[in-house]
Amino acid sequence: MTVQDAGQDTGQDTGDPAAGEVSGTGPATVLDAAAESQAQLSAEIEAGHAAYAAGRERGEPEEHGPRKNWPPYRSSLLRHPTKDLHHADPETIELYAPVFGERDIGPLEADLTVQRGGEPIGERIVVRGRVVDGEGRPVRRQLVEVWQANAAGRYVHKRDQHPAPIDPNFTGIGRMLTDDDGWYRFQTIKPGPYPWKNHFNAWRPAHIHFSLFGREITQRIVTQMYFPGDPLFALDPIYQSIQDPRARERLVATYDHDLSEHEWATGYRWDIVLTGSHRTWTEPEDGDE
Amino acid sequence: MSEVLPVSLPPTPGQTVGPFFGYALPYARGNELVEPGTPGAVRLHGTVRDGAGNPVPDALLEIWQADPAGRVPARSGSLLRDGTFAGWGRAETDREGGFWFRTLLPGATEAGRAPFFHVTLFARGLQDRLFTRAYLPASDGAGRAALDADPLLASLDPRRRATLVTEREPDGSLRWDVRLQGEGETVFLTYDAGPHAGRDGVGA
Repeated sequence: MTVQDAGQDTGQDTGDPAAGEVSGTGPATVLDAAAESQAQLSAEIEAGHAAYAAGRERGEPEEHGPRKNWPPYRSSLLRHPTKDLHHADPETIELYAPVFGERDIGPLEADLTVQRGGEPIGERIVVRGRVVDGEGRPVRRQLVEVWQANAAGRYVHKRDQHPAPIDPNFTGIGRMLTDDDGWYRFQTIKPGPYPWKNHFNAWRPAHIHFSLFGREITQRIVTQMYFPGDPLFALDPIYQSIQDPRARERLVATYDHDLSEHEWATGYRWDIVLTGSHRTWTEPEDGDE
Repeated sequence: MSEVLPVSLPPTPGQTVGPFFGYALPYARGNELVEPGTPGAVRLHGTVRDGAGNPVPDALLEIWQADPAGRVPARSGSLLRDGTFAGWGRAETDREGGFWFRTLLPGATEAGRAPFFHVTLFARGLQDRLFTRAYLPASDGAGRAALDADPLLASLDPRRRATLVTEREPDGSLRWDVRLQGEGETVFLTYDAGPHAGRDGVGA
């Protein structure tokens, strides 16, 4: 299979470089009737969740993350490890994280609406939240990276061929540091949902990708923030790869009117909790008092 | 300062890095922790493959490491790349699943331990990040003894253990391949001890 004809791929991961989530190029490459339906995918998702709920009733533990082996997300089939993760005690280097500073990023990188010559099209929003570790301590002066589709659901990526307009004034990439109390804040445009090739008529709920570092490399996380009330939640194999409904809710921002700005932007609040610390924190921490 | 109570908050779940990180996360010289010609510079390289043995062209690897003396870098500049060694790098795989870093050999951060690069791996189709280690190969008897005594390596059978140790190539570079699934599957790590300690505890 060549890269050129991968547009007709069913979205099942064949190992082909361009297969999978590459968006379609329009009606000519829309998945044919043989492709799996949303009803099939939804049935798989529901069966998985029912099994998890039954396990919980039997006393099995609560799950905090996505399943690694989750067939409804077809691209994962050949990419998830099949062996159990091996437990390791973190060594010193793993008890620290890389340091990023003001010199690494510019202050304008936290405003995704001013990166080009003009105003991007769409609903201007402010997103703000606090990054803490599993013990509730703020993650200070640490890097937050975000990326997202534009208001039409199109990514500025050469492999996104979704026939929605590219906004010449919007790249959808931002970077910032948390402040001394763990807060991040950025201004952007609300992303649109976008179609992908997992199955026929598959749409991802609108989301913003987040990349975060903690104070220890073991706390590293890449995840996605969603918007409240999205009708696509129930249909999305990626969001639903998290079996526990309370864990899924942790990825959904809340509308925060106190963050909204008069005649300017609506506001969303999304806090992030990293995993717990392995390091013993003995040094006094400014601001904890 | 009052004692901080050990609360345990449920962690935010991870989600896949997806297919479109390529225009957002990689940055200029992200994979070059040191400049060409730096004394002691070494090339760490390899290929990421999936369960069918096919290359994974949309993966992202990050390394985090000590300096050659075993000190934990505490300097900023990993994004700026101004010539100071900050110990962290990021590389996306190419169309053939290949990646490379130019860096320095890490020293052990604990006495008598075998030195390694800490590696975080992301990819389209991978639900959450994976952690692993790429150990330096033994160059002498003391090195072999350190590898044999390493608590993690010693807990693995030889075939699985080999997935965590880089190989010295004739040109002096270090080769380390990643297999996400199947024959020769790389050993991936969790640092969380109990089922409630983190995202990895259950549901893997």
